[in-house]
Amino acid sequence: MKVLVAVKRVIDYNVKVRVKADNTDVDLTNVKMAINPFCEIAVEEAVRLKEQGVASEIVVVSMGPKECQEQIRTALALGADRGIQVQTDEKLDSLAVAKLLKAVYEQEKPDLIILGKQAIDSDNNQTGQMLAALAGLPQGTFASEVKVEEGKANVTREVDGGLQTVALNLPAVVTTDLRLNEPRYASLPNIMKAKRKPLDVKTPEDLGVTITSTISLLKVEPPAERQAGIKVGSVDELVEKLKNEAKVI
Amino acid sequence: MSILVLAEHNNASLNAATLAVVAAAKAAGDDIHVLVAGSGCGAVAEEAAQVESVSKVLVSDDPAYAHQLAENISTLVAEVGKGYSHILAAATTTGKNVMPRVAALLDVDQISDIVGVDSADTFRRPIYAGNAIATVQSSAPVKVITVRGTAFDNVAATGGTAAVEQVAAAGDAETSAFIGEEMAESDRPELTAAGIVVSGGRGMGNGENFEILYSLADKLGAAVGASRAAVDAGFVPNDMQVGQTGKIVAPELYVAVGISGAIQHLAGMKESKIIVAINKDEEAPIFQVADYGLVADLFEAVPELTGKV
Ligand SMILES: Cc1cc2nc3c(=O)[nH]c(=O)nc-3n(C[C@H](O)[C@H](O)[C@H](O)COP(=O)(O)OP(=O)(O)OC[C@H]3O[C@@H](n4cnc5c(N)ncnc54)[C@H](O)[C@@H]3O)c2cc1C
Ligand SMILES: Nc1ncnc2c1ncn2[C@@H]1O[C@H](COP(=O)(O)O)[C@@H](O)[C@H]1O
Repeated sequence: MKVLVAVKRVIDYNVKVRVKADNTDVDLTNVKMAINPFCEIAVEEAVRLKEQGVASEIVVVSMGPKECQEQIRTALALGADRGIQVQTDEKLDSLAVAKLLKAVYEQEKPDLIILGKQAIDSDNNQTGQMLAALAGLPQGTFASEVKVEEGKANVTREVDGGLQTVALNLPAVVTTDLRLNEPRYASLPNIMKAKRKPLDVKTPEDLGVTITSTISLLKVEPPAERQAGIKVGSVDELVEKLKNEAKVI
Repeated sequence: MSILVLAEHNNASLNAATLAVVAAAKAAGDDIHVLVAGSGCGAVAEEAAQVESVSKVLVSDDPAYAHQLAENISTLVAEVGKGYSHILAAATTTGKNVMPRVAALLDVDQISDIVGVDSADTFRRPIYAGNAIATVQSSAPVKVITVRGTAFDNVAATGGTAAVEQVAAAGDAETSAFIGEEMAESDRPELTAAGIVVSGGRGMGNGENFEILYSLADKLGAAVGASRAAVDAGFVPNDMQVGQTGKIVAPELYVAVGISGAIQHLAGMKESKIIVAINKDEEAPIFQVADYGLVADLFEAVPELTGKV
């Protein structure tokens, strides 16, 4: 079975992003970039499926400028077999990414496609669902467990009220939630080996996709700051403040 | 043109999340229709017909919609919704599962998790874990949007007198099947709707220790939430996670106990009206957003607080 994994290059999750003074966007100059944490979980899941003998090949794909090859290399060091970068410097909304992924899906014909549930920059939570719709595939979003057997994927999903399990015919799209697994660290020898793994570069034109968007970003502002609060010295003082000052209890 | 709101429900009753979506719809236009897709969901349609500002309720009652499977619901919503100016749903796990599919079927971008409506085509939404607020304009012929419930005041659940119309089902994709679910049972208020939320983090130490938070919550009539660390460690179930990638809450009072205040956690609770933090580390970042901070051992402070409220 072949597994396709989509990884996105995003700001490192530890960095607190700042808004540019002219309010056109956030400032990403000299900011540490990394593989989106949910995509790391997606790669790990694919590697585990390969270790279990369920998957035979793992292809990892990323769309964006040349720098996203770094995140493809990270995925290769974690155990993916080969990479595809779709080279574009244009701003990509989730629908455009989904269209590119659909084209890659048609070329590669994987049985399972694993994505993160959301990119921690846009916080969109859209791409996997859009890809599934465009390709006419079933989806198991926000997955905390994936079992592949007899041509089906049984996916346990983290939903608002608890957990839900669905059975999906393969090929299928899965998006990862935090509890699906705990990603491993790449070892130094694997990082070295990853440098020699194949990495193809394609363009949107190669894939027959025109990048468009129906969304324009008008401005980006910092959120409203909270007023600095106070420290209370005791539980009694806390109760007094909550009752008489804040009047919330 | 009219706005279509996708109702959130469990086939028996309408989820209050839908009332906030109708509020957002009112800010974008004035003729609001609600689509109820479900199985044996007649009572939900009756309820939706009474919601303030709703002029029409469309019901599609079919076994294919019993569990809100995205493969089936999305084709119906795209079919019914294509003549509308906007299609809105709550940014719940159900809405997030279905709406991007609807957008893709209609070949338009989706706008996730809006917190403000500036005009019929311009919306505000948080990005980067709420560290920035983007204002975006959509040129899509149909604007497909999910709504953050805590950012809008629910419209009244009653007072409306909408007509109810049946619409034909769009069929079963037969690519996915519902196998089962494990839903959390609780007598406490629902996390995203509660007026008071008490949340515990890694500092709670283990699942049994959450009992002291449950006692406090019961005294206050509060819901109980958690940080990711507490969920990952297995102290409590996943549906209690508050944060960037969990639930968004904005109660009158939020009490963070043994939670350090990582940006991903703050993204889910910093719109709360009053924030209280109880943490033994006076340097913990949670104190930077807390109205009232108490530097103390939670195992002493929380039982004492329970005794005094
Ligand atoms: C992609 C991604 C998504 C994430 N999404 C979320 C999310 O949605 N929600 C979320 O919460 N996190 C999320 N996180 C995790 C987040 O970065 C933090 O790791 C997490 O919030 C930390 O949880 P915590 O505060 O409980 O634990 P810690 O940071 O370990 O803090 C524990 C606190 O308890 C205090 N403490 C310990 N013992 C006591 C005691 N006896 N009395 C008083 N205080 C005590 C300590 O001083 C400390 O401040 C996400 C991370 C990533 C990478
Ligand atoms: N530029 C991209 N390249 C590769 N994968 C992407 C890209 N953008 C989004 N994705 C995938 O889609 C997931 C969800 O992203 P989003 O819908 O944008 O929140 C990510 O975790 C990735 O798996």
